[in-house]
Amino acid sequence: MDPGLYERIADATARACAQAVIDLPADVLAALRHARDAETDAVARSEIENILANIALASEERLPLCQDTGVPVVYVTLPPSVPYEAVLSEAIGEGIRRATATVPLRPNVVDPCTRRNTGDNTGPGMPDIHVRPGDRLAITVLPKGAGAENTSRVAMLLPSEVGRIPDVVVETVLAAGARPCPPVVLGVGIGGTFDGAARLAKEALLEPIDVMDDFESSLCDAVNRLGLGPMGLGGQTTALAVKVKRASCHTASLPVAINVQCWANRRATATVERD
Amino acid sequence: MNLETPLGDEVLALRAGDRVTLSGVVYTARDEAHLAMMRQGIPFDPAGAAVYHCGPVVDGDRVVAAGPTTSARMNRLSGFLLDAGVRALIGKGGMDAGVTEQLRDRGVYLAFTGGCAALAAARMRLEGVFFSDLGMAEAVWALGLDRLPLVVGIDSRGRNLFAEVQARAEVAAGRT
Repeated sequence: MDPGLYERIADATARACAQAVIDLPADVLAALRHARDAETDAVARSEIENILANIALASEERLPLCQDTGVPVVYVTLPPSVPYEAVLSEAIGEGIRRATATVPLRPNVVDPCTRRNTGDNTGPGMPDIHVRPGDRLAITVLPKGAGAENTSRVAMLLPSEVGRIPDVVVETVLAAGARPCPPVVLGVGIGGTFDGAARLAKEALLEPIDVMDDFESSLCDAVNRLGLGPMGLGGQTTALAVKVKRASCHTASLPVAINVQCWANRRATATVERD
Repeated sequence: MNLETPLGDEVLALRAGDRVTLSGVVYTARDEAHLAMMRQGIPFDPAGAAVYHCGPVVDGDRVVAAGPTTSARMNRLSGFLLDAGVRALIGKGGMDAGVTEQLRDRGVYLAFTGGCAALAAARMRLEGVFFSDLGMAEAVWALGLDRLPLVVGIDSRGRNLFAEVQARAEVAAGRT
């Protein structure tokens, strides 16, 4: 890879990362405003008012909107002209290190067993990078906070249990309670393999939340009937949206994954310019 | 209603679900700070004090981000503070039945909106620090609040809003 391209990839990664932790995407902001207007519970409404005030302040002051700036999950599209080689990961890691120093981000990445912090949000396997072919070279960063991630789940259902999928989704949110900072966004992966379902669930969080199909809407309504509300203090809005992605699977299995995301459904994309 | 630290018997009149604002100095404490205070004593006057479950990002003398952390981690660590006269615990996600009993006739748990780090920082001034050797996230920071918006999550009569909402959700899910 030529040094110019390395530099532009690192720069695009740092830009996407900074934007993701500071500015919430327009569809998420719209969903929060809609939820605020629809809430009749005074406490729930005031919680969403706090969230909206926080988002505005973060954007104004160019500060991260939550102190948990997450771990970096990165989605890359590669055009045919750019070879897929190891240095791509190095360039993306460099971008994460730059964003960590300049935004700044909280250093969250540690060794899983010694718990030693690397200090720069990178380490073996981190950032978590997913590459696929595309028309242009673009970097999407999805910073994932721990509070919501820790309440996520993979269930290996029986092929005869398709009808139980909504129950698994609702039970996941019920077990999570106030911990994931609701109102949440749920990414649901159905099918694939054990790990594939989880990957689909996280990719579903990249989808716009201002549109839901009938199945997604029915899941979202079922979750909202729990009445957990913003921050678990009660109210109509427990989930802002549910997004589903599917993949083919083995005739003898039905993997279902639910990736729980806090109200800060952060994601941003930067295009790597040609030189 | 605006509350001001040091707090007194006015907290006994608060009811779960009340919305209040809090001004005056509060003290941050997470897991490590609680353990350090148990070993070495409480470094501030606990009478009427408020303890905030928070690991802030501090840059020099400026509070950059200071949202609440999950209070449930401190369920087993909070009794000695209330015994010493602390009147309010602040955090996110609520606390358990044990803490609800410890708060009875003494104090309240106040919920601050999770993730609202920028909003919190905008309403805070840095006043001092204890146990700085524990590191930025775990040290005890004295923060001067200016009308931080909070909800009474647990009152001094044993009402726990989080527990009530969770119980209703269990019923709604057909789990009872």
